[in-house]
Amino acid sequence: MKKAILLLEDGFMLEGVSFGAEGEALGEVVFNTSMTGYQEILTDPSYKGQIVTMTYPLIGNYGANDEDLESARPWVEGFVVKERSRVYSNWRGRWPLADYLAKHKIVAIEGVDTRALTRRLRLSGAMRGIVSTLDLDKESLLAKCLASPGMIGRDLIKEVTCSYPYEWGAGKKEFSVVAFDFGIKYNSLRSLVKAGCCVKIVPATTTAKDVLALKPDGVFLSNGPGDPAALSYVVDEIKGLIGRLPLFGICLGHQLLACALGGKTYKLKYGHHGGNHPVMDLETKKVEITAQNHGFCVDMDSIKDKSVKLTHVNLYDKTTEGIRHKKLPLFCVQYHPEAGPGPHDAGYLFGRFTDMMRSHAKKKRH
Amino acid sequence: MIIGSGPIIISQGCEFDYSGTQACKALKEEGYKVVLVNSNPATIMTDPEFADATYIEPVTPEFVEKIIAKERPDALLPTMGGQTGLNVAVAIAKKGVLKKYGVEMIGADRRAIEKAEDRHLFKKAMLKIGLDLPRSSNVKSKAGARKAVASLGLPIVIRPSFTLGGTGGGIAFNMQEFEDLISRGLECSMIHEVLLEESVIGWKEFELEVMRDRKDNVIIICSIENFDPMGVHTGDSITVAPAQTLTDVEYQNMRDAAIRAIREIGVDTGGCNVQFAINPKNGRMVIIEINPRVSRSSALASKATGFPIAKIAAKLAVGYTLDEIPNDITKETPASFEPVIDYCVVKIPRFTFEKFPGADPRLGTSMKSVGEAMAIGRTFKEALQKGLRSLEIKKSGLDSVVREKDFDTREHLMEHITQKLETPNDVRIFYIGDALRQGMPLEQIQSLTAIDAWFLENIRDIVDFEAILKNSKMTKELLRRAKELGFSDKQIAGLTNSTEDEITSLRSASGIVTTYKLVDTCAAEFEAYTPYFYSTYETEDEVRVSDKKKVMILGGGPNRIGQGIEFDYCCVHASFALKEIGCETIMVNCNPETVSTDYDTSDKLYFEPMTKEDVLNIISKEKPWGVIVQLGGQTPLNLTLSLQKAGVNIIGTSPESIDIAEDREKFKNMLDKLKLRQPPNGTARTFDEAKAVASRIGYPVLVRPSYVLGGRAMEIVYDEDTLEKFIVEASKVSGEHPILIDKFLEDAIEVDVDMIADGETFVVAGILEHIEEAGIHSGDSAMVLPPYSLGESVIDKIRQATVAMAKELKVVGLMNVQYAVRDNKVYILEVNPRASRTVPFVSKAIGVPLAKLAAKVMAGMKLKDLGFTKEIIPEYSSVKESVFPFNRFPGVDIMLGPEMKSTGEVMGIDEDFGRAYIKSQLAAGQNLPVKGNVFISVRDKDKRSIIFIAKRLFDLGFGVVATGGTAKALKKSGMEVRTLKKVYEGGPNILDYIKDGKINLIINTPSGRIPREDEVKIRSTAIMHGVPCITTISGAQASVNGIEVLLKKDLDVKSLQAYHSRK
Ligand SMILES: Nc1ncnc2c1ncn2[C@@H]1O[C@H](COP(=O)(O)OP(=O)(O)O)[C@@H](O)[C@H]1O
Ligand SMILES: Nc1ncnc2c1ncn2[C@@H]1O[C@H](COP(=O)(O)OP(=O)(O)O)[C@@H](O)[C@H]1O
Ligand SMILES: [Mg+2]
Ligand SMILES: [Mg+2]
Repeated sequence: MKKAILLLEDGFMLEGVSFGAEGEALGEVVFNTSMTGYQEILTDPSYKGQIVTMTYPLIGNYGANDEDLESARPWVEGFVVKERSRVYSNWRGRWPLADYLAKHKIVAIEGVDTRALTRRLRLSGAMRGIVSTLDLDKESLLAKCLASPGMIGRDLIKEVTCSYPYEWGAGKKEFSVVAFDFGIKYNSLRSLVKAGCCVKIVPATTTAKDVLALKPDGVFLSNGPGDPAALSYVVDEIKGLIGRLPLFGICLGHQLLACALGGKTYKLKYGHHGGNHPVMDLETKKVEITAQNHGFCVDMDSIKDKSVKLTHVNLYDKTTEGIRHKKLPLFCVQYHPEAGPGPHDAGYLFGRFTDMMRSHAKKKRH
Repeated sequence: MIIGSGPIIISQGCEFDYSGTQACKALKEEGYKVVLVNSNPATIMTDPEFADATYIEPVTPEFVEKIIAKERPDALLPTMGGQTGLNVAVAIAKKGVLKKYGVEMIGADRRAIEKAEDRHLFKKAMLKIGLDLPRSSNVKSKAGARKAVASLGLPIVIRPSFTLGGTGGGIAFNMQEFEDLISRGLECSMIHEVLLEESVIGWKEFELEVMRDRKDNVIIICSIENFDPMGVHTGDSITVAPAQTLTDVEYQNMRDAAIRAIREIGVDTGGCNVQFAINPKNGRMVIIEINPRVSRSSALASKATGFPIAKIAAKLAVGYTLDEIPNDITKETPASFEPVIDYCVVKIPRFTFEKFPGADPRLGTSMKSVGEAMAIGRTFKEALQKGLRSLEIKKSGLDSVVREKDFDTREHLMEHITQKLETPNDVRIFYIGDALRQGMPLEQIQSLTAIDAWFLENIRDIVDFEAILKNSKMTKELLRRAKELGFSDKQIAGLTNSTEDEITSLRSASGIVTTYKLVDTCAAEFEAYTPYFYSTYETEDEVRVSDKKKVMILGGGPNRIGQGIEFDYCCVHASFALKEIGCETIMVNCNPETVSTDYDTSDKLYFEPMTKEDVLNIISKEKPWGVIVQLGGQTPLNLTLSLQKAGVNIIGTSPESIDIAEDREKFKNMLDKLKLRQPPNGTARTFDEAKAVASRIGYPVLVRPSYVLGGRAMEIVYDEDTLEKFIVEASKVSGEHPILIDKFLEDAIEVDVDMIADGETFVVAGILEHIEEAGIHSGDSAMVLPPYSLGESVIDKIRQATVAMAKELKVVGLMNVQYAVRDNKVYILEVNPRASRTVPFVSKAIGVPLAKLAAKVMAGMKLKDLGFTKEIIPEYSSVKESVFPFNRFPGVDIMLGPEMKSTGEVMGIDEDFGRAYIKSQLAAGQNLPVKGNVFISVRDKDKRSIIFIAKRLFDLGFGVVATGGTAKALKKSGMEVRTLKKVYEGGPNILDYIKDGKINLIINTPSGRIPREDEVKIRSTAIMHGVPCITTISGAQASVNGIEVLLKKDLDVKSLQAYHSRK
């Protein structure tokens, strides 16, 4: 049993036991309330730059496999749990969680009061933190922590986006879609394919001109890590697509689209990370239970264009969860209709996207 | 109108009071006028303030119709009263009653209920939405069944349609079992239909609690994984929340399936329980069943998450949508979300096989447990161990149950363990521990039990750590780790050759303090306002201790025979009452089925085991002004001495007085002083002492251990040989306490008295005359208030004796006395210096909330100021009847004795005894006939008294059938009697008559103290075929009165409020 320490920038410290890779991890500490789906969470590129603690205390019960991946590898900086299971039990399980983390060089700590940590984050807000299995000296860890960059103003998509375009969903499909990879999740791609799209994934730095040249039926703006305010170079390109192609954004994609429509974002106190948030579709008044993973949020008041409509709102804290344009073919949501992990209630949005592409194509023909 | 679930029976426990109470409250809050029917007086929901019109009447279609005709409700909510509620609702809908009176069924309508309950319709519906089910075939006859089994193969699952808790169902492993189960199944089904189903024994079993609103928003409240795999009823399984071994992909797949299912079944609003099985080898998922109502699991899910399913279901039923209802716990967020938890919940069933010798102790698809304990911990290991010590079965955690020295060879030991692992039983969990201790490989345990490796591995962690504890020197780190793994101080002491107190002091000296965390529905994502706590060993404690005057109420723990809902009722009342007078109330209990563990019953709720350690930990945190031990039954009472030693202020009757009442010798001295009479008696610690006592007072004698409830291990003994046998048995139960021997009073009338006192004023609350004679446990007898046959002078003697004893004991609060009356002499059988089982019944009969008054008195108020100083003798008659679980234990004799066997009770109220009695019988499911054949077979002693009874039945038009001796006696008095062969004389005998439905009523008193085998068969067969069987002359007399009332066909219904306003 090797000791490990988690320290927050405000000096809050928990001692535990290391169970992943040896080392030190720095990042913003956030909690996720999903009770299942830790492997999807680990491999979600949106967690780049973050240390994740699971509020559910028993993690690793079903091990890790090579199917429930949201990208090719884990991205979290560090992983914090109450008790990781030494064995795993599931017919699809391949490796114990600890082995999986060690293989991918993720520092992990168990045996800590994750509820106390969560309460701390809720009360004081998301903070920088450090997990270390090497240096166990509080002062020195605190210094390292304070020297690390925060989330605000940070461009992290360049670290997770693909270097070259690639395709997903071979074979003949009704729609061809270009997907900006800001840290895209496999489940978004799976969902697009299931909705009848063949997808060309392009790097975050792709220009509007290049996208238009591909003549897609629509453009998908993916999720991703970091502060949208730091991504004006992407926002500019999105501006060039608005009105010309149907657009569908998720999470960071939604924030960027909102910025392109003239909006601003702000940082939430401790973010939304989990699979149980109620979101109301203001048009149908129906509530969907949604997967959430974001630290920044769109300020609806900052969008002056009266044609931009709020479509979805979070019933927990009334924050913006979705918008659309009254005249132009575009809509986006803050949450994760692709799930992975999380409920499938919002999966219909992919259908809404294909409907939009279909009617756009029709309009163009006339 | 809300339908309650009636008496507590196996598979339908007090969780329906919890749900029903929430529903009543929620609807009243919305300004609806609530009409309630429930025959169970021991429920909170039937307290007059919870509904506008409360009918304590039989929950049968006939009576519900009468109530509807009288009250003309606009809507009927059938989903709160368990299977009983659904069945009655469907029955009256079919009869056209709802249409006739313009009543709308809300929550789930008739079509939805039928779709979920009728296995055939269910299968069709599930296939329609693309869900997989076990292959199956519906049959309506034995011949059809044989054909089906040929194609489905063995083992095979037999499920009767329209029953509850799997009554009459089972798994057949061979053709013999198959034939037996088919006959029983067809018999039990309300529509004589049975589903034969492919067995998926050994698959993983899961449950989801789902809610839907009228806008079709659907949410999952909780997932539950069964520790015991398919084949053991979920009610009998250890279950864990949330599901532990599903990936998100599988969980979401199950969630989608459940959502599709609730939509297809058409439960418009409210809660629904969906059960699934998953093949652990390949993940094939099949749907097992849907309960379109609140259930035992929904109660568990509510307690496990903090989300009040029943309350929300009631609000949804009247038209709210989930997003319009706030989450009480977080206040700011709405109910339209899915609770997440950051702890592990383990529920463990409580069994009472020891009370039913001869019952098949194997667990299967038909439920057998009578209660449950729930425990919360940060890990499965911690929760499991807390749960095991919550059961109160003399285990302090995952204790060892085999003693190596009992086995001559290791092979025999391993054989024994193997056998206990292979067939599911009530103690299997302990044998898993022992198998690991004996080095059995985990894979072998898994293949024997089919329990998921994840659970077994966690148990191995516990066992491994046990070995470390045993073999190392105790250190602070080890002790802390032990506490984190859920080990109790007592358990650690046992493993380290020390005492519980030593470990406790070591723990506090090492600074290892218990921390308390909140159950908040949201894993700390939001601030929670409802103080619902569990203990664990972590770094942060979330309790905020107030400086108000605090009273802690100790609950009764898991329900069991002898200690059930009645005690919870009293605890809840105490909490309500103390809140009224400005105290802060703190409830401690571990029973998830109850109202006491509802988060808004008390100011604070600690969901904790009812052990000395756990209770003292809370006390040292909260430092309450006072602690109440006299309301939760024997469980808290047994803690009295330890609490007192720890300096706790026990309010109410003093611990010294409690000790006088509980300790036979001290008690005897007191009675001598008061010149009160007791049956001749003595105490003994050895067989020799016992022998001497028995020969002094003369046989028959009653032997029993002290400090037990429900007559456990109590027997009437007629000779020395039997005496020896029982001394051995009794000393097992009683531990260090002595064994009590009383002269058994034959043919005496038993009387129960409840009284309340404040140290100055002593008021008799109710005198209840038993219908069955002394010797039948007071918890099993029918009783009537006011007495119907006792003379005024005897009643006066009883009254005076009661008050004299209460004065002597300086009772503050409640006291119960049991008397036996013979030849106008009054004998005191026992005094219980606490709330008794009859408190709720008496409260309802006289219209005075006794437990509330008691709590206020304990907090220092006076009865004079509370306005209760005089005994109330109602003009109407109230009868309490008991309900028994014999239909769960085929082959077990239904004879009653001094050991309690009933699981619940009903109340019948009416103008006179006959009417009240028949109502109690109908409510208890005893379907007394108004015509047909009565079979009579009584012992010689009863032959004279039976003649008059038989004659009345004969005159009422019944055909009389009897065995030889009885027939002879009856014929002499000029009755026409058909004589039947004895069972051993071959057929056709009485058994054939019963099976052919030719017998409508049985009167059978036991021939001797050891029942003859054929008698047992007759009685047991009668139960299985739903033929009422009366085993005492007094019961027979009362029943004939009842039948006469029935024939008059003028039984009416009246609300409790109407009765009470009359007094
Ligand atoms: N096909 C089956 N194979 C094996 N066990 C079964 C099967 N169906 C049900 N069971 C077991 O029987 C129990 C009771 O069945 P269920 O359909 O839930 O009836 P109930 O209405 O009594 O709850 C289940 O909890 C499960 O363990
Ligand atoms: N001396 C006696 N003679 C006849 N019956 C008795 C006698 N003592 C007890 N009983 C019967 O046994 C039952 C259980 O005894 P009791 O002392 O009330 O035990 P418990 O503590 O289980 O309630 C009583 O209800 C009564 O019917
Ligand atoms: Mg079931
Ligand atoms: Mg008694």
